[in-house]
Amino acid sequence: MSVDTATVARIASLARIKVSEQELEAMVPELNGILAWVEQLGEVDVSGVEPMTAVIPNTLRLRQDVIDADPLTGGGIRDKVLANAPAAEHGFFGVPKVIE
Amino acid sequence: MTDLTELGVAAIRDGVAGGAFTAIEVAEAFNANVAAAQDALNAFIVATPEAAIEAARAIDAKRARGEPLGKMGGVPIGMKDLFATIGVQTSAASHILEGFKPQYESTVSQKLWDAGCGMLGKLNLDQFAMGSSNETSYFGNVVSPWRRSDGGAENGKNWAPLAPGGSSGGSSAAVSARLCPAATGTDTGGSIRQPAAFTGITGIKPTYGRCSRWGIIAFASSLDQAGAMARDTRDCAIMLEAMAGFDPKDSTSLDLPVPAWEANLSADMKGKKVGIPREYRVDGLDEDVAGSWDDGIAWLKDAGAEIIDISLPHTRYALPTYYIIAPAEASSNLARYDGVRYGLRDLPEGANLQDMYAATRAAGFGAEVKRRILIGTYVLSAGFYDAYYTQAQKVRTLISLDFRNAFESCDVILAPTTPSAAFALGENVDDPLKMYLNDVFAVPASLAGLPAMSVPAGLNREGLPLGLQIIGRAFDEQGVLNAGLAIEQRAGFAARPAKWW
Repeated sequence: MSVDTATVARIASLARIKVSEQELEAMVPELNGILAWVEQLGEVDVSGVEPMTAVIPNTLRLRQDVIDADPLTGGGIRDKVLANAPAAEHGFFGVPKVIE
Repeated sequence: MTDLTELGVAAIRDGVAGGAFTAIEVAEAFNANVAAAQDALNAFIVATPEAAIEAARAIDAKRARGEPLGKMGGVPIGMKDLFATIGVQTSAASHILEGFKPQYESTVSQKLWDAGCGMLGKLNLDQFAMGSSNETSYFGNVVSPWRRSDGGAENGKNWAPLAPGGSSGGSSAAVSARLCPAATGTDTGGSIRQPAAFTGITGIKPTYGRCSRWGIIAFASSLDQAGAMARDTRDCAIMLEAMAGFDPKDSTSLDLPVPAWEANLSADMKGKKVGIPREYRVDGLDEDVAGSWDDGIAWLKDAGAEIIDISLPHTRYALPTYYIIAPAEASSNLARYDGVRYGLRDLPEGANLQDMYAATRAAGFGAEVKRRILIGTYVLSAGFYDAYYTQAQKVRTLISLDFRNAFESCDVILAPTTPSAAFALGENVDDPLKMYLNDVFAVPASLAGLPAMSVPAGLNREGLPLGLQIIGRAFDEQGVLNAGLAIEQRAGFAARPAKWW
């Protein structure tokens, strides 16, 4: 499978990355080179093989159902959460208008 | 008095504890080296001399009070700029996180501070750890302290600046140039071992889950693992002990006690079987690399090990598997950079929210990061998911099974770390595939989550270091470190870059 300019433009849009026409032109052969190379995986016989889900077997833990069990990941730290926001206003993340 | 920057982790720890010198003296000596090398090597993105001094002062005060100093008391280290550090810019060498000052500390860095380390600064790296040469950093290339002995065949007598490897290129350059006795690294597909090999130092990535990923900027979560980079095996064992341990904040953290790796170091390989994977002896393997591999085999034999031939039949599929899985996970992980919650925001005149996302990410990510996000988005998109991503995860299972089968007949595996010594900066930048091939020997162990290390083996014909890689069973960091020590004692690697910076 290979990609054309329109496909790369669609992928870039899905990935929310703005690309210029010129960048698109440059990316098409690069991505095709990489995709052609990874396609050799198709020749591996994987019948009966399960896709890997965990590289080291582990069990999913549940934390105690307690508020602020870990203060770092608990609540009440609004100002810290907002400290690096490019536009924090009135205790919220500011974004361009989304509702007309 | 001896130059304190000549000392490694164990010597500094013991010297501070024994009163041969103070932690402040050590911190000042390394701070001076960091400052003096910055213009030439660019190993650090941010230097934090005050933090190093402050930590050292606390250690000296503890000693005066007769309190225990910790596993690494008085040892100043470099921190790869992928670990979140409170109040100190944590950028992943990207523009999109420039100026980001975390409000929290990563588990691994906190453990190191608790062990008595001080921070010399945040080390440069490939942007979001994506790269093998440190050339994708927004903050400029790191230059290796090493130079070819002949000035570089194709460069006449002009010294071609060499790549320190990547992604932990700032870490490798800094340890090699004696800017810090040890540094943190992270390994996703070779990012500790390859730079360690390129700069003549030692680096280990532990079993996936040994070190908490909490507070490490995510690249590919099923592969990312922190590790230690230092001058020798003992120093790596000490540092890894300080970094590792269960963390409830990381769902993939291993709930296992941390073994006493340093105390149990032993170079005696009697009764151990070392597997030599025939698939790693690829056609056209660099002569010097092949030679150093043969040396390694002889050294381990000398240490008492039995050498056996093994097969890892899916080796050739590891790299393409990696270049589906890692970008897929990266495209998902890096979706968080949206210009809303932290980092860069690019808001063109009249832009709506979607335009702002796209403009921010276009301005904030470098070319290699964009390339991988696009590949990842494509292989995860409807209609292609099974053909690419599911297929890659199945092949990954086969690669992991290869290792499991091999470890039924051997205890550790010995192979070269990289297919060549360091290359010049700029040599591979135009060809992503050629750059990716650097990690051909390192990626399989990453895909299988296994502990693996690189130890210096010798110099090639150009006077550049070559590394040998040891891969162990899951949870058997001790076996890996012990084989590393056996090689280290026999290689007698004492070469170091002549100081030009």
